[in-house]
Amino acid sequence: MSINLTQRNPVKPALLLAVVFAVGLAGCERPPQQAKQIGYRGLGMEQVTNPRTEKAKLAAIKIPEVQPAADTGGPKASTIYKSLKVLGDLSEGELIRTMAAMTEWVSPEEGCAYCHNVENLADESKYTHTVSRRMLQMTRHINETWKPHVGTAGVTCYTCHAGKPVPKNIWFSAKDPTAPWRMTGYTAGNQNRANRNIGSTSMTADPFTDLIGGGNTQIRIASTRALPLDTNVPGKTTPTIQDTEKTYALMIHMSESLGVNCTFCHNSRAFGSWTQSTPQRATAWHGLRLVRDINEAFLTPLKPVYPANRLGPHGDAPKAFCSTCHQGLAKPLNGTQMLKDYLELNRASLAPVALAPAK
Amino acid sequence: MATYQNIFTRIQVRAHPEMGVPFRDPDPAWPREGTPFFNYWAGRIGDAQIGPFYLGAIGLASLAFGLFAVFIIGMNMLASVNWNPIQFVRQLPWLALEPPAAKYGLTIPPMSEGGWWLLAGFFLTMSILLFWVRVYVNARRLGMGSHVAWAFASAIWLYLVLGFIRPIAMGSWSEAVPFGVFPHLDWTAAFSLRYGNLFYNPFHMLSIVFLYGSALLFAMHGATILAVGRYGGEREIEQIVDRGTASERAALFWRWTMGFNASMESIHRWAWWFAVLCTLTGGIGILLTGTVVDNWYLWGIKHGIVPSYPEVYVSPVDPLTLPGVAK
Repeated sequence: MSINLTQRNPVKPALLLAVVFAVGLAGCERPPQQAKQIGYRGLGMEQVTNPRTEKAKLAAIKIPEVQPAADTGGPKASTIYKSLKVLGDLSEGELIRTMAAMTEWVSPEEGCAYCHNVENLADESKYTHTVSRRMLQMTRHINETWKPHVGTAGVTCYTCHAGKPVPKNIWFSAKDPTAPWRMTGYTAGNQNRANRNIGSTSMTADPFTDLIGGGNTQIRIASTRALPLDTNVPGKTTPTIQDTEKTYALMIHMSESLGVNCTFCHNSRAFGSWTQSTPQRATAWHGLRLVRDINEAFLTPLKPVYPANRLGPHGDAPKAFCSTCHQGLAKPLNGTQMLKDYLELNRASLAPVALAPAK
Repeated sequence: MATYQNIFTRIQVRAHPEMGVPFRDPDPAWPREGTPFFNYWAGRIGDAQIGPFYLGAIGLASLAFGLFAVFIIGMNMLASVNWNPIQFVRQLPWLALEPPAAKYGLTIPPMSEGGWWLLAGFFLTMSILLFWVRVYVNARRLGMGSHVAWAFASAIWLYLVLGFIRPIAMGSWSEAVPFGVFPHLDWTAAFSLRYGNLFYNPFHMLSIVFLYGSALLFAMHGATILAVGRYGGEREIEQIVDRGTASERAALFWRWTMGFNASMESIHRWAWWFAVLCTLTGGIGILLTGTVVDNWYLWGIKHGIVPSYPEVYVSPVDPLTLPGVAK
């Protein structure tokens, strides 16, 4: 029988361990993070921001210069131009100013021809013409009806479009009505995928169709009663864990879209409690109804107008959610007042537009 | 022996492998498997000798059931990314085998919509229960007490509450936890959101006390024994019946530091109970959630455990309660 004593140099494995540790940290956000207290001390009511990323977000905002004021006198534009259904009561100068602004906001590269047949401006054959007319009505509708959410800053085309014909952040339904039956690989509500719309969580990839696609589905999931036996309190429905994850996914989307923490609106010890929420929660509540309203009344019905390449993978029209306007900021365009210079976008006109199918 | 006083064992002994006591039966149906060998890295953190290993019929059954469960979970995950192995690796932390939807209640759902979850859960539970039997039987065979088995049973209790007992009490498999890395974490967060903040659940509080308490006790005990290792303190069991200077010094250290000291024997009871109570109380807390308490925060208000704080901002009125708002 022999007894050996072994000993080895531990430097190499220590280095290996350091590399593994460094790789593990690679997913973290680079400091400095700053926490700002917004509630009573010691309750975690704070907003965490990173000045570096905030700076980048603000630098990305390019506000176009205000179009020079136009002559408001003279005959109404509707007496000069044919096929004016929304902006007919402007003067000719005002109409041209609005058109110039819209071109700069939506199709600066493509120009007037993105929506108009430049040979005949009254020609309505381009689908973009139909869509932009409906979007003008939608913009007015938002500014008139949804003051509790958009306030005086309101919205213009630029809020969402930011110089691009298609806004950067839009959503399509993830529900595939033609999905074949499969024996294996069931994922309820198309969940369990890395998805940026919901902050890379594993929850349902599409909480939007059910909760903000239209209709009046209940978003609230926190129980309103202490015991299941308490039957004399409102909110008797019993949401499932899956309902909860759907709402949670929507809330994560809101949080990511606005670049804020849960505590921007909620006191995290009782997410459902309004008496402990911040004033912003009421604004957000109206915001959810806003997107629900415009998705149902304006965006979804445009489906027959769009060519196939503008539709989602399952054939639905592009729709709006929080990030469409907010784009990472608590106030879109950091609260820049653009609407005050374009008051023609602030008059409601709910007249429907005839929807011609795309050619 | 200064080289011994380290987190990692820096000196290792190499000799003939320790084969253990011979079987009573000279020709056993299940002998210990494998030719033992030495591994340097195992020796850094424990015993350098690997094997032999006793599998036995129960061990084999446990292993088979466990592999079935892993196979079902893995194949469903792979199917959910259209059998694409690259996506399987990339998305693995997100992938899951989900329990059935609420509409199926406690019935057996179609295989494609949660049936596989039920089957995988059954196999995994069988595997775990058989492993418990194996732990119990092996301890008894070695003439040991059954402490490890009962500690393990406490963890199994929490597992069964989460995936079996509570879903049955709630009348729906959909209340159970999905199999998946991120999905089970998202489930945990959603569970607390749905049932009004688990932190106000007193059994959750107890479970946290025992969890953190276990870590504290483990640190105190481990540190104490390492600190008296130079006097042979690591020979704890001998010191229980024959206290030496290591034991005396460790006891004096704590008595002088905090007025009380556990003994060489009782410290292990402390640790065992803290660990066991962690999952025992946790399981009770989960079982009460949704079955007898629907919102722990509101329950806490009812029983005066929720403090109130000065208002810093003006909270809004719930818009749904305003007149003229569609419900």
